[in-house]
Amino acid sequence: MPDGQAISAPILSADGISKSFGSVPVLFSVSMNIRAGEVHALIGENGAGKSTLMKILSGFLQPTSGHIRVDGTTKELPGNGQSEGLGIVLIHQELNLAEQMTVEENVFLGRELLSRGILDRTTMRAMVKGYLNDIGLDISPEDRISDLSIAQKQMVEIVKAMSRNARVLIMDEPTAVLTEAETELFFAQVRRLKARGTAIVFVSHKLAEVSAISDQVTILRDGQWIGTHAAKDVTPDTMAQMMVGRELSDFYPPMNEVDVDADHVLEVRDLVAPGVHNVSFDLRRGEILGFSGLIGAGRTAVFEAICGLTPRAHGLINFDGAPAQFGSVAEARDAGVVYLTKDRKEKGLLLGQKMRPNLSLFALPKFVKGLSVDHRAEDAALTRAIRRFDIRARDPSVKVGDLSGGNQQKLLLAKVMECDPRVLIIDEPTRGIDVGTKQQIYHFIAAIAAEGVSVIVVSSEMPEIIGLCHRVVVMREGEITGVVTGDHINETEIVRYAAGLKRERQQ
Amino acid sequence: MTETTMSSAKPSILRGFDLKTAGPAIALLILCVIGFLLNPAFLSEGNITNLLTRSAFIGIIAVGATFVITAGGIDLSVGSMAAVIAGVMIIVMNSAVDTFGTGVTTVLIGCGCSIILGLGAGLVNGLLTTKGKIEAFIVTLGTMGIYRSLVTYFADGGTLSLNYDIRGVYRPVYYDSFFGLPIPVWVFIIVSIAGWFLMNRTAFGRYCTAIGSNESVAKYSAIKVDRVKTLTYVIQGVCVSLATIIYVPRLGSASSTTGVLWELEAIAAVIIGGTVLKGGYGRIGGTILGALILTTIGNILNFTDMISNYLNGTMQGLIIIVAVWLQRGDWGRSKSAD
Repeated sequence: MPDGQAISAPILSADGISKSFGSVPVLFSVSMNIRAGEVHALIGENGAGKSTLMKILSGFLQPTSGHIRVDGTTKELPGNGQSEGLGIVLIHQELNLAEQMTVEENVFLGRELLSRGILDRTTMRAMVKGYLNDIGLDISPEDRISDLSIAQKQMVEIVKAMSRNARVLIMDEPTAVLTEAETELFFAQVRRLKARGTAIVFVSHKLAEVSAISDQVTILRDGQWIGTHAAKDVTPDTMAQMMVGRELSDFYPPMNEVDVDADHVLEVRDLVAPGVHNVSFDLRRGEILGFSGLIGAGRTAVFEAICGLTPRAHGLINFDGAPAQFGSVAEARDAGVVYLTKDRKEKGLLLGQKMRPNLSLFALPKFVKGLSVDHRAEDAALTRAIRRFDIRARDPSVKVGDLSGGNQQKLLLAKVMECDPRVLIIDEPTRGIDVGTKQQIYHFIAAIAAEGVSVIVVSSEMPEIIGLCHRVVVMREGEITGVVTGDHINETEIVRYAAGLKRERQQ
Repeated sequence: MTETTMSSAKPSILRGFDLKTAGPAIALLILCVIGFLLNPAFLSEGNITNLLTRSAFIGIIAVGATFVITAGGIDLSVGSMAAVIAGVMIIVMNSAVDTFGTGVTTVLIGCGCSIILGLGAGLVNGLLTTKGKIEAFIVTLGTMGIYRSLVTYFADGGTLSLNYDIRGVYRPVYYDSFFGLPIPVWVFIIVSIAGWFLMNRTAFGRYCTAIGSNESVAKYSAIKVDRVKTLTYVIQGVCVSLATIIYVPRLGSASSTTGVLWELEAIAAVIIGGTVLKGGYGRIGGTILGALILTTIGNILNFTDMISNYLNGTMQGLIIIVAVWLQRGDWGRSKSAD
C-alpha cells in the first residue's frame, strides 16, 4: 500500500489487521510494511490504535483477523516476547530493566553465557563493552541501571535489542521523556542502527521529530489506516491534519482580553520555599498566566508551596485581598485554589480504581450527605464531567489506568474542577497527550478562564504558553527573571529570560 | 467475529470476579458442609453460638485491622495490646473494689479504662508511623514487644486474676444471651455493621482506600494523609479494647500468654476475606467471613478424631495460602493463555 520507493521487500508486514477487545473494535484492516534500514513512524491521536498495532506486530497480541508476514511468509507470531527469536523486539514505554542490576546483567538477563556452569562474566562484559562502543554510549557495563539517566536507560534497552540481533525494533514513544539534547543523541543511535540495516518503527507525538528522523510515516485515526507517506512529502502540519481529520487552524482558542482593572485574586510576595527564592507575582481575575522556564527552574515548587504541599520558609500570600496561609491542600481547596499535578500517574489519579472514585476524591466533602458519600450525586457528577470534558471510556466501570493518557488528563482536570475553584493551577496541562486532545484541553482552559476563574499554566512547551497565556512569568533557578505581556510574548524573549541572558528587576 | 470474542471474554471476567468476592463465603459454606458430614452435631444450635462467640474476639480485632491494612499499614501489636489492656483492666478493677465496691460501677470503670488504653495505644502506633515516619511494621513490632513484656511485668510472671465478686457481676457480658445470641456476638455484629458503613459509605473509608492505593495521589487530592492513617490505628486500638472487654469475663484473668498470636489470626482473617495486604482495597464483609473461617477450622477439628487438634495451625495455614492463591484471580487465565 505505501506509495513509491520500494527499495527492498518488507521484513515485517501487517496485512489487513483488525482487532477487537470484547465487542469494541480498535483496529480496522490496517496494513503496514516495514523494510530493512528504514525508520517508520507511526502517528495518531491517543486511542487511535498505535499501541495495539505495535503489540500485534511484536506478537504480544494476536489480531482478530488479518495476517502478519515475516520475510513474505505468513506467520503467527509467538506471544510474550518470544518474537525476539525472530528478531522482532518491542521496547515498551515503561522500560523493562531490572533497576538494581548492572548494564551487563540486564543485557544478558535470561540468556546468560555460561562457562562450565558458571557465569562467564569476562566474555559478557567484553561483548556489552563492544555494543556500547558501537552505539557510542559512554557508560560502563558495570554501572547500575538505577544510576543511569532515562536516556541512558533507553540506550541500554537498545543495546539489549542489538545483542539479540534485532532486525525490527519497535519503540513506543521513545522520546517522550527525553530532553532535546538527549533526543539528538538518541537519533544519532537510530541513524547508526538504520545504517546497519535494522528496521525501526516508532511512535511519537512530536511531529517535528517525526519529520526529522523517519523515512516513512503511517497515520492512524480511530483505528483506521489513513495513509502511509514518505516523510519528506509531508509537513508536520499535514500530518497533524491527517491525524485529527480536520483543520487545526483554531488550534489555540481566541484570547479574551483581561480587564486591566480586574482585581488581583492572588498576590504572592517574597515567597521563599525549598527551591524557590523571593518569588512575587500577581494574578488577575479571569487571567491565564503562564509560567515558563527550563526544567528545574522551580516553577512546580512555587505552586506546591502556595498550596500547602511543601512548607514555606517565608513570604506573604494574599487571596482576594486578605492574607492567606494555606497549611494543607484541603485549606487551599476550601478557599478555591487548586493545583493539578504534572505527574498524573503517580500523583494525580488512582490508576487501579474506576473513574467515579477518582473524580470525586478531591472534592469528596462536597459529596457527603449526612454521614455517607452520596453515590447518586457522584454518578451525576461523572455523567456531567464525561460530557463537559469529552472523556472517552469504553464504559464508566473501566479502570482509570486503562484509559488513554489524554482521557486521564481530562479526568484529572474534571477532578479538580469538581470543587469549583477560583484559581486553577495546571502543571504541564498536555504532557504526553496527542494533538487533538491538546487542542481540546486548550479550549477547556480558555472556557474556564472566560467564566472568571484565574488560571495559571505551568508548561515547558513554548507554543502552548505563547498560544494560551495573557501574561508569562519566566523563572530561572528558583527566581523570577522576567514577565512578558501581550505582543512581547514570543519564543526569543522567553528563552532569553529562561536562559538568564536577560533579567528584569522586580518591583 | 466481534460477538464471538465478546461472548467468550465476558463470562471469564465474570467468573474471576465472582470467585474473588464470593470466595470466602463459598469456603465457609464448604467448611460447614464438611463439619456437618463429619459430625451432625456441628450444626447444633449450641455449637453454632459457641462458634460465633469464639469468632467475636478475632473478628472485632480484624475489623479494625481491615482499616489499617486498607490504608497501607499493618499492626502487629494487637495481641500484646489486648493482653496489656486486659491486665491493666483487672488491676484497675481490683483496686477500685475498695472505693466503689463490687458493683456495676467498678466494671464500668474497667471498661472505660480499656477504651482509653485502646485509644491511647492506637494513637501511639499511629503517630509513630505518621509523624515519626517509621515504618508501621517496625513501630508495631516494637510496641508488640513492649506491651507483651509489660503484661508479664504487671503479672510478675504469673497470672492476674479478677476479684471473685466482680467476676460474678461481669460474667454475664461473656456468658449471657440477648434475643438468643450471646452478648459478644452482638458486639461483633455491631462493630461489623459500623465498620462496613465506615469503610463503604463514608468519606473516611474512601480516603483509606485512596491512601492505600497511592499515598501521593491522596496527598495531592487534599486528603490529610497523616490524620487518616493515624485514625486507622486508633480504630484498631478501640476494636482491641472492645474485644478485651468481652474477653476478660470469659476467664477473669490475664497473663503473658493472653492474646498470643492474635495479631496473626486477625491479619489472616483480613487477608482471607479478600483485602489486599499492600493496601488500596478493603472488604469488611470478607474480614468477618475470614474470622468465621478460622474459628470454624478449629471447631471442626474438635469434632473429629481424624486430624489431631494439634494440627489446627497447619489447617489454618493451608487455608490462608489457598485463599490467597484463589484470590490472585489470574490462575485460570494464565492457564488458558498458554
